Amino acid sequence: MLKLLGLLVVAAPLLLTAVLGLCMLFRLQLSERSISRLTATAVAAGLVASLAILVTMLLTDSRSVPVSAGDWVRLPESAALHVNDPVEMSEHHVTAGSPDEAHFHFTLKFVFDRLSVPFVIMSFVLSGVISAFASRYLHREQGFPRFFLFFSLFLTGMILSSSAGTIETLFFGWELVGLSSALLVAFFQDRRGPVQNGLRVWSIYRIADAAFLLAALTLHHLSGSGDFAGLAGQGAWPEGNVVISPTSAILVGLLLLFAAAGKSALIPFSGWLPRAMEGPTPSSAVFYGALSVHLGAFLLLRMGPLLEESLLLQALVVILGLSTCAFAAMASRVQADIKSSLAFASLIQVSLIVTEIGFGLRYIPLIHIIGHACFRTLQLVRAPSLLKDYNAMINALGNRGSNTEKIGVTAPAREARLYRFAFDRGNLDPILDEYLVRPITSAFLWSDRMERRWTTWLSGSHSTGQSRAAQHASDDSAMSG
Amino acid sequence: MIGELHLPWLEIAILLPLLGAAACACIRKLHHAHLIALISAGLTSLCTIGEWIDFATLHAFEAHDHWDLLQRVTGRSDILVIDELSAPLPALASVLFLLVLLATLRTKLERFPLSLTLLSLSLTNATLSCHDPWLLIILLSLSVLPPLVELRQRGQSTRVFVVHMGLFTGLLLVGWALVDRTDGTASASGLSAALLTAAAILRAGVVPVHCWMTDLFEKASFGTALLFLTPMTGAYAVMHLVFPVVPGWAMQSIAVLSLITSLYAAGMAAVQTDARRFFCFLFLSHSSLVLSGLELVNVIGLTGALCVWLSVGLSLTGYGLTIRAVEARIGRIQLNRFYGLAEHTPTLAGLSLITGLSSIGFPGTLGFVGMELLVEGCVEFYPLVGLILVISSALNGISILRAWFRIFTGNRFQTAVSLRSQPAERFSVIILTLLIIGGGLWPQPGVASRHHAAVELLRLKGKGLFKIDAEPLAEEQTPEKSESSANAAPEADSGSPP
Repeated sequence: MLKLLGLLVVAAPLLLTAVLGLCMLFRLQLSERSISRLTATAVAAGLVASLAILVTMLLTDSRSVPVSAGDWVRLPESAALHVNDPVEMSEHHVTAGSPDEAHFHFTLKFVFDRLSVPFVIMSFVLSGVISAFASRYLHREQGFPRFFLFFSLFLTGMILSSSAGTIETLFFGWELVGLSSALLVAFFQDRRGPVQNGLRVWSIYRIADAAFLLAALTLHHLSGSGDFAGLAGQGAWPEGNVVISPTSAILVGLLLLFAAAGKSALIPFSGWLPRAMEGPTPSSAVFYGALSVHLGAFLLLRMGPLLEESLLLQALVVILGLSTCAFAAMASRVQADIKSSLAFASLIQVSLIVTEIGFGLRYIPLIHIIGHACFRTLQLVRAPSLLKDYNAMINALGNRGSNTEKIGVTAPAREARLYRFAFDRGNLDPILDEYLVRPITSAFLWSDRMERRWTTWLSGSHSTGQSRAAQHASDDSAMSG
Repeated sequence: MIGELHLPWLEIAILLPLLGAAACACIRKLHHAHLIALISAGLTSLCTIGEWIDFATLHAFEAHDHWDLLQRVTGRSDILVIDELSAPLPALASVLFLLVLLATLRTKLERFPLSLTLLSLSLTNATLSCHDPWLLIILLSLSVLPPLVELRQRGQSTRVFVVHMGLFTGLLLVGWALVDRTDGTASASGLSAALLTAAAILRAGVVPVHCWMTDLFEKASFGTALLFLTPMTGAYAVMHLVFPVVPGWAMQSIAVLSLITSLYAAGMAAVQTDARRFFCFLFLSHSSLVLSGLELVNVIGLTGALCVWLSVGLSLTGYGLTIRAVEARIGRIQLNRFYGLAEHTPTLAGLSLITGLSSIGFPGTLGFVGMELLVEGCVEFYPLVGLILVISSALNGISILRAWFRIFTGNRFQTAVSLRSQPAERFSVIILTLLIIGGGLWPQPGVASRHHAAVELLRLKGKGLFKIDAEPLAEEQTPEKSESSANAAPEADSGSPP
């Protein structure tokens, strides 16, 4: 029964994505009402199933319910392969011990425990609220079906990540969240700004995902499987002792911390968070205010036993959390628009959650995540109408009221510098562009010029494409979007 | 023993496109010629898929045609042979040719050489099922001709292509002649290995001898360039001609250079402004990644490399097709401006995104498991290699979305005519999408087949059957084993000491 419920939790958003995706592929136009109803049905089914799991777990006092959908990919032990000939069989055993003893399996396993169940329920509740909000907010918007396709992809990613029982499954969901986020930031695709910001978000995510992939595969290699239960040894979350050596734990932990920093917009990747607000309000609310931004913290919570293995790792998590918190606290106070201000306010709480995780707390960060996600969703969803109400209030009063606080005008020079630093969001993006991206792109652009010269010399003529491309080569600022 | 297929699939798959090429050359009406080309490529695809299925049911390591015509003429049954490695490759190549032909718009038929394309298909199928070294070398040399003829017909400079491909053919001929003449003694094998390695590097477009690829993409028609590269006959030649006979240092050199190429090409793709050059570097990065993975000595890594071979072939051909289709509508694409075509070509936009993501191994697509296995295999033995692979993949991912945003978003494209995709294009899109997503969601059959091939390849490698200088190992085998081994790896025969 629990297995069925668990599979329903995962299958509901997957089916929604499949239906919306296939309709788009075969150019079947669904009405707005149909799309909204389909989404509501999928979310409700998933929510009911996850609540049923919660109730069953409470009644049976079980702390962890693993649900396996079997091996998605399985490479059999080589020695057991197809060898019909006894001579070959014996030879095979002789050569085994060599590389061909390898064995690999990618298990689709989900685990419902004290961490995943609250996270899954929270994802369904907030997604349900936002889908209902979006079906009105985006009414008659040209990209309505596209929004809901990306939304379903995001929800699938969130549910897969939250309920993942293996690190590969978590990575699967993690990537879906990344892609859908980038596409939603660029939702208003007729304008350049959202698209450039979408590319920025995607670039940061890809770099963070590279670290995650390396961590996942290293972990898979070290522990024999990517199973969280196998990794954490005995005990359901939050208990468990990591089974890999401390040195390996530090290596994997650092990679995971890097991945979490990218996803949760911790320093030095904080620049993408306000940029992500370029997307429609519903997506900003559910993705960057509530769910997506907490995924990095979720990863650290899930890998808690690994962090506990090393004091250095814990210290790094605390330092990263506190420094991001200080930065975000300054930046949020001086932003010129409400969504950016809310983005940094959100970052303050996320970095506090990360700090709590670094201090070895487990339940408090989880409660903090849920409380913060719900509150921030409300704030972000309210943001557009709040401005309207505020303007209405000013009109009714006839003036803006008294505002004695004049930051930056009467403040001393030091405070002014601090204000500038906060207003420019710490110049994090320009610093990354200048010192990381630019040298690399410059080197490759130089190589490109040299290659063109070489082929031009060798062929003795410009081709049409070459001359046209060369004409524009200098204008490009490729990686900066 | 070499198994026997139930029908002469391989020979039909070579002859059908040849007949189609002859017919296309004779027919003047382009529309009819296109139809014949489609029928010919479609039947060839069915034959090669039939060959793959037939081979899978045999449970043999390698198999030749039933009613083998070449066997009757030459008395040898090991000339046209498919094995675990090559079984899906003719099918993949034929489907790629079919899709390109299918997605060729009527307005572009005048500029797209149908008969040369079918000739290329015939040569590609012959190459991918040939196990005789000399014949393979001849086929590889001949396959250079169709693009060359097209370049000449278009009045473009052929010097870059001729210099590189001429050098490749020359090095291959001399290198193999040395291998054939000598018994694999130290000095001779050193020289021949160096020549063969250089030939392999040239054909695979490894840095710094890769410029012929960008040149070809810029000067030839996009379809021709695409079909010359995406079946990856270069990697096949390396697997069948070079790896079996060269010593370890040569194999490692190819692997290391391929790895550097993969990273370099990924970086270059990220800064390109011309869509064709961008695609060329993207492909180069992926094909080099496959080539470096083929040198891995563990089952998981090799399985991953073989999976990525198939997924990259399919995905990047699909990706190239979308660029070609967009070019057919608005001319050459520059990636330093925003076109905003998504509104007018939503189908192409969707396909472009799916194929691009599949090529980088995005979860849920065909390339995901292959890439996971490849990186896992590398992490196990060479962590640095794994790191470079992951960085290359990350860079390619950024480049792909950057190109997608530039072509399909960021602007409102104004046009008086409809740019919507044609039925044939939509059909190609649906087929490709279903293959990529279907293969991604249900990867086990494909992965198991590639794993099987990887195990067999490593087993033969471990026994020294793929080595020209593996005399001590060969001597240790019993006569029965030697006989069965000789049958199992006939390509090693010509280079093995007597």
